[in-house]
Amino acid sequence: MANEVCFRNMDQERPWLLEQYRSRGGYEVLTRILQEKRPPEQIIEEVKASGLRGRGGAGFPTGLKWSFISRNAPGQKYVVCNSDEGEPGTFKDRDILRYNPHQLIEGMVIAGYAIGATVGFNYIRGEFWEPYERFEAALEEARAAGFLGRDLLGSGFDFELHSHLGGGAYVCGEETALLESIEGKKGQPRYKPPFPAHFGLYGRPTIINNTESLASIPVILEKGGEWFRNLGVENSGGSKLFSISGNINNPGVFEIPMGTPFSELLEMAGGMKEGRRLKAVIPGGSSSPVIPGEQMMELTMDYDAIAGAGSMLGSGAVIVLDDSNCMVRILERMSWFYAEESCGQCTPCREGTGWLYRVVHRIESGQGRPEDLELLDDMTTKIAGRTICALGDAAAMPVQGMLRHFRDEFEYHIEHKRCMVD
Amino acid sequence: MSDDQMVTIEVDGRELQAKAGSLLIEVTDAAGVDIPRFCYHKKLSVAANCRMCLVEVEKVPKPLPACATPVTDGMKVHTRSPLALAAQKGTMEFLLINHPLDCPICDQGGECELQDLSLGYGSDVSRYVEGKRVVPERDIGPLISTCFTRCIHCTRCIRFGAEIAGIRELGAVGRGEHMQIGTYVEKSVDSELSGNIIDVCPVGALTSKPFQYRARAWELVQHDGVSPHDAAGSNLHIHVRRGRVMRVHPKENEAINECWISDRDRFSYEGLYSADRLTRPLVRSNGEWQETDWEQALEQAALRLQQARGSSGDRLAALISPSSTLEEMYLAQRLMRGLESDNIDVRLRQGDFRGTGPAVAWLGQPVEELEGVGAALLVGANIRKEQPILGHRLRKAAMNGARIHCLNPLELDLNYPAGQLVVGPAAMAGELAAIARALGASGPLIDDATAGPAHEEVAEALRQAQRATVLLGAMACAHPDYSMLRGLAAAVAEASGAVLGFLPQGANATGAALLGIDQGEDALSLLRNPRKGYLLLGAEPGRDFWNPALANAALEKAECVVALTSWRSPCLEQVADVMLPVAAFAETSGTYVNAGGSWQSFGGAATPPGEARPAWKVLRVLGNLLDLDGFDQESSGEVLAQARAQIGERRPDNAGCTFDDTSSTLAQAALVRIGEVPLYGVDPLVRRAAPLQKTRDALGAAIRISPALAGRLGLGEGDSARLAQDGASITLPVILEAGVPDDCVRLPAGVDGTEMLGGQFGEVTLEKA
Repeated sequence: MANEVCFRNMDQERPWLLEQYRSRGGYEVLTRILQEKRPPEQIIEEVKASGLRGRGGAGFPTGLKWSFISRNAPGQKYVVCNSDEGEPGTFKDRDILRYNPHQLIEGMVIAGYAIGATVGFNYIRGEFWEPYERFEAALEEARAAGFLGRDLLGSGFDFELHSHLGGGAYVCGEETALLESIEGKKGQPRYKPPFPAHFGLYGRPTIINNTESLASIPVILEKGGEWFRNLGVENSGGSKLFSISGNINNPGVFEIPMGTPFSELLEMAGGMKEGRRLKAVIPGGSSSPVIPGEQMMELTMDYDAIAGAGSMLGSGAVIVLDDSNCMVRILERMSWFYAEESCGQCTPCREGTGWLYRVVHRIESGQGRPEDLELLDDMTTKIAGRTICALGDAAAMPVQGMLRHFRDEFEYHIEHKRCMVD
Repeated sequence: MSDDQMVTIEVDGRELQAKAGSLLIEVTDAAGVDIPRFCYHKKLSVAANCRMCLVEVEKVPKPLPACATPVTDGMKVHTRSPLALAAQKGTMEFLLINHPLDCPICDQGGECELQDLSLGYGSDVSRYVEGKRVVPERDIGPLISTCFTRCIHCTRCIRFGAEIAGIRELGAVGRGEHMQIGTYVEKSVDSELSGNIIDVCPVGALTSKPFQYRARAWELVQHDGVSPHDAAGSNLHIHVRRGRVMRVHPKENEAINECWISDRDRFSYEGLYSADRLTRPLVRSNGEWQETDWEQALEQAALRLQQARGSSGDRLAALISPSSTLEEMYLAQRLMRGLESDNIDVRLRQGDFRGTGPAVAWLGQPVEELEGVGAALLVGANIRKEQPILGHRLRKAAMNGARIHCLNPLELDLNYPAGQLVVGPAAMAGELAAIARALGASGPLIDDATAGPAHEEVAEALRQAQRATVLLGAMACAHPDYSMLRGLAAAVAEASGAVLGFLPQGANATGAALLGIDQGEDALSLLRNPRKGYLLLGAEPGRDFWNPALANAALEKAECVVALTSWRSPCLEQVADVMLPVAAFAETSGTYVNAGGSWQSFGGAATPPGEARPAWKVLRVLGNLLDLDGFDQESSGEVLAQARAQIGERRPDNAGCTFDDTSSTLAQAALVRIGEVPLYGVDPLVRRAAPLQKTRDALGAAIRISPALAGRLGLGEGDSARLAQDGASITLPVILEAGVPDDCVRLPAGVDGTEMLGGQFGEVTLEKA
C-alpha cells in the first residue's frame, strides 16, 4: 500500500526523466483534460472529493483553496508552488523535485488550467541547488514536449512555468513572504486579509500550494478523488510522504497511507538504535509540540490523531528522540532557530523569539532562575496568535510542548544547574 | 455593496456609525476612542507590524490589529477588555525589552509616543534581564540625527520615503532582532521633505540634528506660523524658548500642507541667529557705517528719502521682497503713494515685462485641488524644488495616474513618471507654441509653429483629462521671453480647457498682486532707469534680483538707499545709506495670501533680537516722519483691515495674459545661461540656515554643462572655466551634467559668487580658465 502517489515511480531507474514518467502514464491526465476540454469546475470538484489537504503543514483543503479564485475575473492569475521546504525535519519535497519533477509540473499545469492561470512559479528553497537543476532540466524536457508554453497540445491553453531559487530564509516558506520574495522584495509576510486568492503575486489572484499537494494532483485525477480519499482515513485522505529522522536506524522519506500507526512507520525506518528507548517524538516538523514516546506509540499518522494528542501532523516531518537527549538542549537549539529566522517585522516575534532563546539558553547553561518557567509560559501566550504570520506560533508551540511534557527536566536544570540525562 | 454604505458597529458598548470598509482605527479615532499604536499613520500605508493596537473583536478568537481590520456591520469591539489589554501590554513589554531607557538624554523625551504609552501599558520593572541591543549610529546628513538603538521598527520612516517623499532612501536590512533601519550603502537622506521622518518617528531614533540637545520639549512654547519661503503657505508650529525660535514643526492643515512641511520650512529658522543679524540701526555718514538709535536712523531715512525725491515722486522706487507680509506691503505702498509714486514692485526675479500679465496671478485653483488633476503641463517649473508642498500634491496626482509633462531648459530629477521636453531657453516658446498649435489655438508664434508627435502627446493628455492644469514656474518667470511663455501657456490652457496657474515666488506674491503693487512701473524698469532714491524691504541686491549687476549699479548710483533688513550683507553695505533692523520670520505678526488664494494671518512668536522691530511698525513711523496721512495704526490688525478694505472685491484672477512682441533676446545667443534659484537660495533667511546649506540641494556656484559642450570647449570635470556675462566674469569649476542642453550653461542664481553677474537667463561666453 506504499508509494502510490508521489513516489509511484520510485522503483524506476532515473525516474526523473520524461520518458520514464511517460512510461507510467505521465502527462496522460493533462492530455485528456486538454483534449476533452474538461470543465475546470469538474477538476476542482474532483480535488475536493479526494480530501487532499495542504501538505505544507497547515492542512487546508486544497480543492477548497482553488475554489476561492474567481476563475472568470479578467487579468493575470498565478499558480505558485511552495518548494521552500525549510521546516527543520522536513525533506520530502526535495525528493519530489529530485525524483518526480514531471508529476509536479503536470500538477501545476492542471492547477493553472483549473483556475485560469497561464503562468506558474516554483519557489525552490535556496539550499536546494541540485534539485533546482534537476527541476530546471525537467522544465526543458516538458517545454520541448509541448507540455509547457503556448497553445498546449493545440488546446488553445497557454501555461509557462518558471522556477525561482530562494535566498535562504525560512520565513519565505510562509506563502505571502514567498510572494514578496518572488516580486524581488524583502521576504516578509503580508498582513492577511487580503488573502492570495484575491491579492496574490503582483496583486493578482494566486493559488499557492505545497510541492507534494500539487504533485498529487495528476494521480488523483487519474484514479479519482474517491480512490485517493480511500487510501487514508476519515478527515485525512490519501497517502502522504513522511520525512523521518532522529535517533533511528534508517532515516528517510516514506510514502504511507494516512492513518498508518506510528509504530509501523518507526519500524519501516529501522526502529530505535540498539539499547535505546524511545523518549519523545516531534511529529510534524520542529514547530509542532513534542509528544512523549509511550503516547506516540499508540497514535496513528493522520491529522486528527496527532491533533488529539495536542500536536500537529504538520508537514509530516517526524523527529524521533531517544533517551540520550536532554530536552532543554533540544529546545535551546530550536528556539535559536526561530530567533534567527524571525523576519523582524512584527514586535512579538522579533523581540519575543530572541528572549525565548535567551531564557532557554540560560537554563541550559545552568543559570536558570526559579521564575523562568513561568516566564516562558507567559511569553509564549504573548507571542502565539499575536503576530502577522504563523512564525510566532511556530516559535511558541515547541516551548509549550516541552514545558507540558518535560517540565521536570527543566526544573531539574534550574535547581541542579546540570542535566538529568547525562 | 457601495463604498458609501454606512454600517453600525459597537465599540466598548458604544454604537458608532462608519463607512463600510473603513479601518477600525479610523472609526475609533474619529469617535475619540483611544487605541494605542506605533506603526499606524493616517497618511501612510498600513503595516500592522507593531501589534500595539490589538483589540478584541467578538466571534474572533485572536485579538486583531485595529489598524488593519475593516469594519463590518454589527461588529462588536472591545478595546480595553482583558484580552485586548493583555495583548497591548504584552506588545509593550516586548517593545521595551530592547529599548534603551535613556529618556533623560533623549531629545524625544517628553514627546515620545513610546514613553507616553508605556505609562499606560508598561510595567515598572522589566522581566528582561539580558543585555539590550545596540545599533551603531548612522550619519544620514546634516538635518537628521539617528539613534537606531532606540528604533522600534515601526517602518513609518521607510513608508514615508516610499510613499510620500517618493524616494526609497531608507529601508530595513537584516532579520529578526538584527533588523535595522538604514540606507544600506552609507549615504545621506536627501529628499526635500526628509525632515518629516522626524515627526513620523514615534521614538527618538530620528530627531532633528540642528535641534539636538538644545532644549527639552517641556521648555518650549508653541505658536502658530506660516511658512515664509514659498507660496504653499504651509502652516507651522513655531517652538520658542525665552523669545528664541528653537525649532519648527508642521501644523496640520488638510487643505494646504496636510501634516507635512518641507525641510526649508523646518530648518530655515537656523538663519535667524546667524552672525550677521542686524540688531541696531546703521547709518552711513562719510562712507562709514555707524550704529545709532532708532530716532536718529528714522529721521535720517526720512530726510534722505525726501531729499532724493525732490519735487517728483517718480524719483523714488520701492523694491520689496515677495515674502513681505500683506501689512508691510500695504504700508510700503501707502508710503510711496503718499510720496506720489507708483514705483513699487515685488517681482524682483521676473525677466520680462512685455505684454500684459494676469490681473492677480495665483495657482488658479486651491492647493488641495492640485492632487485631483488628470493632466498637467509644467512650463519652466521645477515644482518639486520650488514649492515642495505643491510638488507633493502634484505627485499624488501623478501616482493616481495623472499624465504630467514638463517643458524646461533642464532635465529634472522627478519622483514620478512624467514626459520631459528639454530644450534650450531660446527654443521654449517655439515648443509651447507647437503644443498650442496641436490644440488648434491660433495667435502670434502659434500660427508659425508645427506640431510634432511630442506636442500632440502633451495636447492629447491635457485635452483628455477631466481636469488639467498648465503651470508656470520660476524658470519661466525669469525667462527673458516670459511674456511669450505666459501668453502661450494661457493659449494652451484655453484651447485644452485646462486651468492656467502660476507658482508665485515668495510667500505673498498673490497678496502683493491683490494690493495692486504690480500695477506701477515694473522692477526691471525701475533699475534700468535708475532713480534717485530706493526703499528696499527684505531684499539683498546681489541675490534677490533677476539681474544683480543691474541692481547693484542702479542702487550704487542712487543718492539714497534705505534698506529695511534683518541682516547685514556685503552687497547691502556697499549700496545702502541707512539700514534699519527689522523683525524676520516668526518675529512679526502679519498675513500671507498663498498661491491658492487663502489668507492666513499669524502673530509674532519670537522676540526680534537687539533693537530689531517689526517692519510694519518701522514703515508706520517712517510715514509719520514724512508727514504722510494714514500712518496712525495701533496694531497690525488695523493695518490688515485697511489693506482688506483697499483690496475690496478683488480676487485672484489669471485672465488677461497676452503678448504681441515676438522678438527674443536669446535668438542670436550662441550660449545661454540657465540661472535657476536653488531650493535653499530663495531668500535671505534660508541662505543663512547653515544646516540646509550643507545639503545636496544647496547648489553652489559652478559651471554645469553637458559632456558634449565640455568636449567642444576642451573642458573636463573639475577644470576651471571663465564665464562672462554682460561684461562681468567669474571663474568656477566645471561639473558635467547630462541633463543640460548643449548650448547652455547652468549656473544657479542667488548663491555665493553670482552677485556681480547679469540676468538669470542671458547670453554668456565660456572658456577654459
